[in-house]
Amino acid sequence: MLKISDLHARVDDKEILKGINLEVKAGEVHAIMGPNGSGKSTLAAVIAGKEEFEVTKGSVSLDGENLEDSAPEERAHKGIFLSFQYPVEIPGVSVTNFMKTAINESRKARGLEDMPANKMLKLIREKSELLEIDRKFLSRSLNEGFSGGEKKRNEIFQMAMLEPKLAILDETDSGLDIDALRIVANGVNKLKSKDNAVIVITHYQRLLEYIVPDFVHVIHDGKIVKSGGKELALELEEKGYDWLKQETVV
Amino acid sequence: MDLKDKLVSSFLAFEDKVDVHNPVHDIRSEAMKTFEAKGFPSKKEEAWKYTSLNTLQKIDFSIFPKEENALEYNDVKKYFLHEIDSYKIVFIDGIYSSYLSETTHDGVDICLMSAALTKPMYKQVIDVYFNKIASKDDSLTSLNTAFSREGAYIYIPKNKMPKKPVEILHLATGNEAALMLQPRSLVIVEENAELQVIERHQSITGNEVLTNSVTEIFAAKNAIVDYYKVQNDADTASLIDNTYINQKDKSVVNVHTFSFGGKLTRNNLNFYQNGEYVDSTMKGVTIIGEKQHVDHHTLVHHIEPNCESHQDYKGIYGENATGVFNGKIIVDKIAQKTNAFQQNNNILVSDKATINTKPQLEIFADDVKCSHGCTIGQLDEDALFYLQSRGIPKKEARALLMYAFANNVLASVRIPELKVRINKLIAKKLGVNLGFDL
Repeated sequence: MLKISDLHARVDDKEILKGINLEVKAGEVHAIMGPNGSGKSTLAAVIAGKEEFEVTKGSVSLDGENLEDSAPEERAHKGIFLSFQYPVEIPGVSVTNFMKTAINESRKARGLEDMPANKMLKLIREKSELLEIDRKFLSRSLNEGFSGGEKKRNEIFQMAMLEPKLAILDETDSGLDIDALRIVANGVNKLKSKDNAVIVITHYQRLLEYIVPDFVHVIHDGKIVKSGGKELALELEEKGYDWLKQETVV
Repeated sequence: MDLKDKLVSSFLAFEDKVDVHNPVHDIRSEAMKTFEAKGFPSKKEEAWKYTSLNTLQKIDFSIFPKEENALEYNDVKKYFLHEIDSYKIVFIDGIYSSYLSETTHDGVDICLMSAALTKPMYKQVIDVYFNKIASKDDSLTSLNTAFSREGAYIYIPKNKMPKKPVEILHLATGNEAALMLQPRSLVIVEENAELQVIERHQSITGNEVLTNSVTEIFAAKNAIVDYYKVQNDADTASLIDNTYINQKDKSVVNVHTFSFGGKLTRNNLNFYQNGEYVDSTMKGVTIIGEKQHVDHHTLVHHIEPNCESHQDYKGIYGENATGVFNGKIIVDKIAQKTNAFQQNNNILVSDKATINTKPQLEIFADDVKCSHGCTIGQLDEDALFYLQSRGIPKKEARALLMYAFANNVLASVRIPELKVRINKLIAKKLGVNLGFDL
């Protein structure tokens, strides 16, 4: 589904990704771990098409199609979803209206009519129940005054509404207490199917107890330095990242 | 002949049309002297540094319309807030249109300045209020005073509240190649009374229009006044709006100014807090482009203790548009426990657009809370990426962010249908259809 080949990217003059190779197939869950500043969030942003980053070499393709020239919204229409570490506040635009706009823009891009209002309401009800989101919450302005946990839960609610092929969760666990973490992880697990894939970006192993990965990759200094099964996450938890850094030096 | 000379000589012709023995005419004559002495303000004056009236003065404006013009309601319906029932005071080329208006004398007076200035039954009120808060020194205000004859007259007696909002609509037909209008309005809201007003100036053709308007608003003890100015005029229409507000104890006056169009717009909004526990709010949303120019000059004079003032102006400037915000706050020595807040935030969406913003605080009391802040920036790229990553195209994403930026000014609009209208105007101005009414 997703194929990343020898991906190099930089911001201004600073090279951040220095040759990433990664393949994610439908039905898989991949975890990307690594110390702060290793390039995890940059990788997520580059996949989603953030223009601030310049791809200098290599490629990202989805279902065989090179995404090089696709704007972020076009990638979204093709089924990529990024859950943000710091979701943006949009005063005056309710969660519901925001979702209506997002869904109908995607439909428009696919040549479909707007989703009928009753169908939209049903979908919103169904997905908000999945994330244990109160109805009142949906009429509030998007992310405005939301707690850290509410913002993250709202991100996963948006993911549930948009039903992406590939969801990238960037540090979704940060700032979550254990109950919120469980709700968020439960939501992600229920949305998982043989046809979609998830990339979980995290600093800690904690989230991976709830969203169990098929593969774990460790990024250091813009490269994947180690890949393995879910047991690699446990090893990292135990040993930290220093041993990997040394390994690369050698 | 330049515009000043033309105005001065037109005053003689004007005197043929009005009762020169009415004491009001002494006020007019005095004001004419002031204008004659001062003339139009130039860019050398600090208050007019960024707004030039030079090119306007070169246009050969008619000072009086040659004839009465009529308009069909259906042709101008869209300029009314027609979704709701309202009182209407409508002028066409400066002349009252009884056909389009809906006035009342049922417990409140919502009618015409020409009647108030000439009929004996209003003499007492005119003696007390007319030209009492408007500046006697300001040249443009004086010019308006000199030609004061027509406009809206609203008198809300003690404890009364009109059943519906009042719309004051000044329409220009363009039957004159270039027309200058000088509406003069007086609004008096007595103790415990309430009033909502929507004011709009609208030219319906591409001919030049220059409006120099003066409105005096008196809010007595505990009075509540909501005043909305909708400025979305044609590219050949210019407006100098001079509004003076006098507030007594515990009164609340909110003025919202929505500036979305017009060639040159200058808003001189002046609050005088002549009472204690007064609350004054000024809010504005300005979204302009092309070569449009909008200048907000606000003044809040805190004269008595324990009062509040709140100012919040948001501006979005595109293309070659130019904006000005100058917010003056004076706190007299006696005006202790004053709370005065001022915010002016601006987004420049083009490299050629400019904004000049200046807070001007003169504080003579020592126990006050005053804050001011102004920002000039671009749209947040991270926020834009967030919206795009949800599938919202860049243009719509930008519009959503601009809408969000202006939003807290809209939250205090208390006529829901007006809020919807303003939202639609904003969406139109931003050139997007977001699939829902913002």
